[in-house]
Amino acid sequence: MHLGAPQQMSKTATTERSDQAFRISDVWANKRSRSLIIQIIAVILLLTFIAWIVDNTIQNLSNLGVETGYGFLWDPANYDINQRLIDYTSRSPHARAALVGFLNTALVAVLGIVFATMIGFTAGVLRLSKNWLVAKLMTVYIEFTRNVPVLLHILLCYGIVVNSLPHPRVAAEPMSGFFLSNRGFYLPRPIFEDGSWPIAIAILVALVFVIWFAVHAKRVQNKTGVIYPVLPVSLVVIIVLPLLAYFFSENPVTVDWPELKGFNFVGGVAIKPEFFALWFALSIYTGAFIAEIVRGGILAVSHGQTEASYALGIKPSWTTRLIVLPQAMRVILPPLINQFLNLTKNSSLAIAVGYMDVTATIGRISLNQTGRALECMSILLSIYLAVSLLISALMNWCNRRISLVEH
Amino acid sequence: MNRFLLNIATGSVLIGLGTLAQAATLDDVKSKGHVQCGINTGLPGFAYKDNAGEWQGFDVDFCKAVGAAIFGNAGGVKYTNLTGATRFEALKSREIDLLSRNTTWTYSRDVDLKLTFVGVNYYDGQGFIAKKELGVSSASELNGASVCIQTGTTTELNLADFFRVNKMDYEPVPIENNEEARSNYLAGRCDVYTTDASGLAASRASFKNPDEHIVLPEIISKEPLGPLVRHGDDEWGDIVRWTLNALILAEEYGVDSSNVEALASGTDNPEINRMLGNEGEYGAMLGLDRDWVVNVIKATGNYSEIFDRNIGPDTPIGLSRGQNASYKDGGILYAPPFR
Repeated sequence: MHLGAPQQMSKTATTERSDQAFRISDVWANKRSRSLIIQIIAVILLLTFIAWIVDNTIQNLSNLGVETGYGFLWDPANYDINQRLIDYTSRSPHARAALVGFLNTALVAVLGIVFATMIGFTAGVLRLSKNWLVAKLMTVYIEFTRNVPVLLHILLCYGIVVNSLPHPRVAAEPMSGFFLSNRGFYLPRPIFEDGSWPIAIAILVALVFVIWFAVHAKRVQNKTGVIYPVLPVSLVVIIVLPLLAYFFSENPVTVDWPELKGFNFVGGVAIKPEFFALWFALSIYTGAFIAEIVRGGILAVSHGQTEASYALGIKPSWTTRLIVLPQAMRVILPPLINQFLNLTKNSSLAIAVGYMDVTATIGRISLNQTGRALECMSILLSIYLAVSLLISALMNWCNRRISLVEH
Repeated sequence: MNRFLLNIATGSVLIGLGTLAQAATLDDVKSKGHVQCGINTGLPGFAYKDNAGEWQGFDVDFCKAVGAAIFGNAGGVKYTNLTGATRFEALKSREIDLLSRNTTWTYSRDVDLKLTFVGVNYYDGQGFIAKKELGVSSASELNGASVCIQTGTTTELNLADFFRVNKMDYEPVPIENNEEARSNYLAGRCDVYTTDASGLAASRASFKNPDEHIVLPEIISKEPLGPLVRHGDDEWGDIVRWTLNALILAEEYGVDSSNVEALASGTDNPEINRMLGNEGEYGAMLGLDRDWVVNVIKATGNYSEIFDRNIGPDTPIGLSRGQNASYKDGGILYAPPFR
């Protein structure tokens, strides 16, 4: 009886509710459906907004009589580019100019990321050094570099190279065949002739061996604890095998020496001041941020790990390499991705020193000569977006590989 | 997200304003009280800041002339400094009303970019400047040279054509503006600097030792420089065009800033009378005052006064009139009649 009463009551309540028609206010009162409705409205508003902007832009452009379209990409670009990794003349189309620019961007981004990472890890570890002088030097480097805008670093590097190095006619020659001038650094370039295939094979064999050896060494170490000297062996193999191949094949490689002819050096490999300034400035700037990330990552690893390692008699350099850094990497990697993306995007400052990256070619000169602002900007936008997403995907894959796996 | 939305909102408001502001440029200019004039970021003789911090120069004076035509004195002008790469966007987006920035009149700029060149105020051509110590006396000896070049200009295209046609190699060193081009050239990053011959003379004049530099004799292109406006407002285009013509005609008829006041009260020459508002209603046809040409000449002087004051033989730039002389003096400067 006692139990029955409430049951009765709730039954009445339900019947009462079902008696009435479905009420809109119930949907609003429900927390889940309310938030769903708000989100749908927000998305609709946003889409309407974007559609309105796009429509307005197209309308305004057609009012101005401006035609849009990507056909201009196949017209001759008519301008020359001084730094290029692929063939290009002023008769090549704008699309190829964009490609030349893209490769230049990729070059400076990849080399910048490599160098910045090297600097960053070194400086980050050294800033934690017990050596007072080393630690303070690293602090000065980091604080100076990351607190000055990167554009100033780029202009400073460029100014120093162009204004302090000698003119090509009186270029410095630190080593025979190597020249330093304010038009660039010139190095001899090896040319692989037809008879150089043994060298290629030797390099391939060396690489395969090194990879196999590293895997094998790891397996042996896991099983028995014996540590093979992987690095020295790898270096020796990679250097010695191709050298042997070189001496046993007949005159396979000739060298293209840089030589002063008329106004400039001809031949060899030229590292232009524009490229150098951009690459170096981006590297040291981003390197300073990476150093702080690395330092943070190392400090995040419990000190007990180091102490335990020392207690086991593992020497300090191994402790850092085998115990601390692998654990620190889990903290370091996610912000490191950001820095790589920043470096890549900051490379668009190239125009300040006249390095012909993708912003300078399609985003600037092509844009200016054709007046196709929207088209060029949209191409530029998609290129940077694609590159950034690619880097991001790669690094996230790395991150998943090293993150803690719970069994 | 908020910032993102804010950006979108700002952007669309700007676009929206663009739509609203399709009214006639002259009404627009009158209601805001000044002409917004696009000029160079700095080119001695053409657009530079004087010791008092005021913009002066050949191109700047033209802006003042248009200001005087509308407002009666040279004060109604504001300036926007533009690089070679930003100038057309600024004009097309209505940021400026008029571009007077040593800009070359070409087919594609006129037709494809939908701009209206109202005439030519300086007939120029592209040349090279080199250090004398290089021992170069002709542009045909420049094989293998490094050439400083401003990006986004017609000179960049002429340069590529010149070297290709003459089967010579060169290294282009792209530079953003005239100042940087000069410092790179002086630092020896490039062997020669190329731009319009007038610009070279201007730059040379600003070097510490102008005598150490030589302007090579070759002129590799035609560069008719002139002021321009947007397509789509012919009335505004007419005002700018006839301001330029009035400056040229004033020189032709001997009207200058010293005698314009006297001549305005009436002369025997009906053309001068029409121009200075003594006969007919020519000012009203443009929507301007009856004596608008008088105001222009009082503010800036006629073409030859502007030329001599800014870039003529007595200035550090030291350009002679050459083909920019009136057609009566053997040049090609020729304006249609004021009738």
